[in-house]
Amino acid sequence: MSNSTSDQALKAHEPSYSTEERRTLPSGEEEFFFDVKTSDLEVNMGPQHPATHGVMRVLIRCDGELVTGAQAHLGYLHRCAEKIGENVEWLQYLPYTDRYDYLAAMNNNLGYSMAVEALMPGFEVPRRATMLRTICVELNRIASHLVAYGTYGLDIGAITPFLYAFREREWIQSLFEKICGARLTYSYIRIGGVFNDAPPGWLTEVGHFCDVFEEKWKEYRDLLALNHIFIKRTAHVGVIPKDMAIDFGLTGPMLRGSGVDFDLRRDMPYMAYGEAHEAGAFDVPLGEGEKGELGDCWDRFSVRVQEMMESIKLVRWCLEVIEDGPIIGDVPKVLKVPPGEAYVGIENPRGELGHYVHSDGGKIAVRCRVRGPSFTNLSVIEELMVGTLLADSVAIIGSTDIVVGETDR
Amino acid sequence: MIQEQAQQALSHAVHPGSNVFVRILEWLPLPEWVPGWVITLGGVVIGMSIFLAVMSVLVMFCVWLERKVSGHIQCRTGPMYAGGWHGWAQSIADGVKLLLKEDTIPNEADRTLFWIAPAIVLGSIFGAMVAMPLSYDWWFGRMDLGVFAILALSSTTTIGVVMAGWASNSKWSLYGAMREAAQVVAYEIPLGLSLLAPLFVLGTFSLNEASAMQSGWFGMKWAIFTNPFLIPAFMIYWIAALAETKRAPFDLPEAESELVAGFMTEYSGIRWSFFFFEEYAAMLLMSVLAAFFWFGGFESPLTGALRASGVEETSLLFSVVCFGTVMIKGFVGIFLMMWMRWTLPRVRIDQVMTMGYKYLTPLALFCVLGAACWEALQHLIFS
Repeated sequence: MSNSTSDQALKAHEPSYSTEERRTLPSGEEEFFFDVKTSDLEVNMGPQHPATHGVMRVLIRCDGELVTGAQAHLGYLHRCAEKIGENVEWLQYLPYTDRYDYLAAMNNNLGYSMAVEALMPGFEVPRRATMLRTICVELNRIASHLVAYGTYGLDIGAITPFLYAFREREWIQSLFEKICGARLTYSYIRIGGVFNDAPPGWLTEVGHFCDVFEEKWKEYRDLLALNHIFIKRTAHVGVIPKDMAIDFGLTGPMLRGSGVDFDLRRDMPYMAYGEAHEAGAFDVPLGEGEKGELGDCWDRFSVRVQEMMESIKLVRWCLEVIEDGPIIGDVPKVLKVPPGEAYVGIENPRGELGHYVHSDGGKIAVRCRVRGPSFTNLSVIEELMVGTLLADSVAIIGSTDIVVGETDR
Repeated sequence: MIQEQAQQALSHAVHPGSNVFVRILEWLPLPEWVPGWVITLGGVVIGMSIFLAVMSVLVMFCVWLERKVSGHIQCRTGPMYAGGWHGWAQSIADGVKLLLKEDTIPNEADRTLFWIAPAIVLGSIFGAMVAMPLSYDWWFGRMDLGVFAILALSSTTTIGVVMAGWASNSKWSLYGAMREAAQVVAYEIPLGLSLLAPLFVLGTFSLNEASAMQSGWFGMKWAIFTNPFLIPAFMIYWIAALAETKRAPFDLPEAESELVAGFMTEYSGIRWSFFFFEEYAAMLLMSVLAAFFWFGGFESPLTGALRASGVEETSLLFSVVCFGTVMIKGFVGIFLMMWMRWTLPRVRIDQVMTMGYKYLTPLALFCVLGAACWEALQHLIFS
């Protein structure tokens, strides 16, 4: 036989039951029963597979199109980020934070900077720096959700929304290029503030972007999220009930998609978010099971789409209240952080990004631990994929919106 | 009355004579001693070569068009450099590249089947095209059962696809092949049934005659305007044709986000391009078939005007106009397919099956019945 590899795979799962059964009926007639069952097929989805959004491998066991088992294998993109954190100086580690969730580098910078700032008692970030941070982080959230929007479309089979999403993301990237010179790995938010003030006219352009994006956003929502085929493909698929979402430690849109009302920006406010929430600058969109069940893929997707609009509102609020002033606090070039340990979790586009830093008062951290939301969120797919169709499993992986750089770090 | 009308239509649809290239050879001053069968055979061979060349160029144009259409839908420009004007030579450049690429066959693959599969796919789709006349006068194989030939041969491609998927010895390819088999079997039925409705109305299986039957009303007596049941029949046909040609939203056999590239995963170079070619050739065929049975075939106000001014149907001018008309109609259909591909997400396999068996097949049957009743009613009233 030519197909020896698949034959071997099939032999490995030889069914233990008999495929033919003979019974004698009371009348004396013989009856045959053919139990036609196929054996399972083990398929490697990844490491190079378009649906895994990077280099992740999901070993799936299939019975025809039906997925009967799934196991995620990680580590293809492991870059020792945490160990590096214990070997370089506080400030030197900042560019490494860009690399775990490369779609939301501003958020990573912020998380690390805030964790280090928490170790410096009495240190206050200047107000203008806080506002610039908020603007950048929220713009980055939009950019990240645009990628989630586009790639989820790709997973479902719609190619065009991806390119539309990237057109707006391109604008955000050029905005970032203007403020910090980088388009993907920014290292813009530094310990103590931000590293560069907004160039003249930058804030106006951000305002202009908000106006244009609002129009485009409606179009995008109608094009993909409200598309009939898209709803048919994602509603009732990969349902995560409320308690399951909490049990798995999901955060971010994954958690809110299941209807759990929890957002670190509002519930454990940091930077200017508390003030912004009091001013009514943003709401926390929740999944409502509008098109299917509560916590299905469509709900998670819808939460991300709505969050883009909330971020726009936040950016607008920041543009209103931002005032002139210093952009970075008094941080020495060679930073020695007072001894102690701190954990700071911030709301990344994908969920809670936690940084735990431990200092012994030296120039280098003793321990630098990162809690990546993608890693935790990924844990749920093995549970969700069982019993779905192959196409659904792709929709489920897509709806977790993982960045493999962050699961492996 | 209907019979009279049919007689009239047929009288100018079926010309005596033979394959257009045989006629050309007959016209040439060949020596006396050349036997007749050489002329016939030569005509067929030359005719087929030219026909294949014409179809290949059309298909390459389709590929270029797809890239331009997708580009403009996605706020890009598509190819712009190859050849100068709007990248017109992009398909040729791609073809040359694919010819020069290494042709790999996986170690564990079934080499024979792996070789044969693309040939079957391409051969059957071009075989189906033989039944397609290019004008009233230009045709290569006159078939009174042209629709049957086209449907039969174009669904033979499935065998090639399944063969490719199996022979590749890749699990993704196997999935693609299985999906293709399931999908095509499910959609063959509504496709055939929805075609039955215009066949009732036009009363012929031949494409030439079908076109001739729609020649009234100054070239606008298209079948779709004469019977209201043909409108839903066309919609069913169109959905089934999309599934037959593996076009989005029914591109499950090659669903790139699920099955990597489906049955084509292990293919490379020119062999891969055969599958690619087949897809576009099938699109062309399905669109042209729709043009013949719903949208008047060769008939348009232009042919009506030519007829009114006394131009012979066998004349060169008339043939060129016919060819142009049917190609424009075909390309409108192809554009529609492309538009849908770049807009819609992909459906799931169970949804494909449900739609095919539960909705399209009964609806197509209803359309056939409705169309037949309408025709009978017309006959009762007007005769």
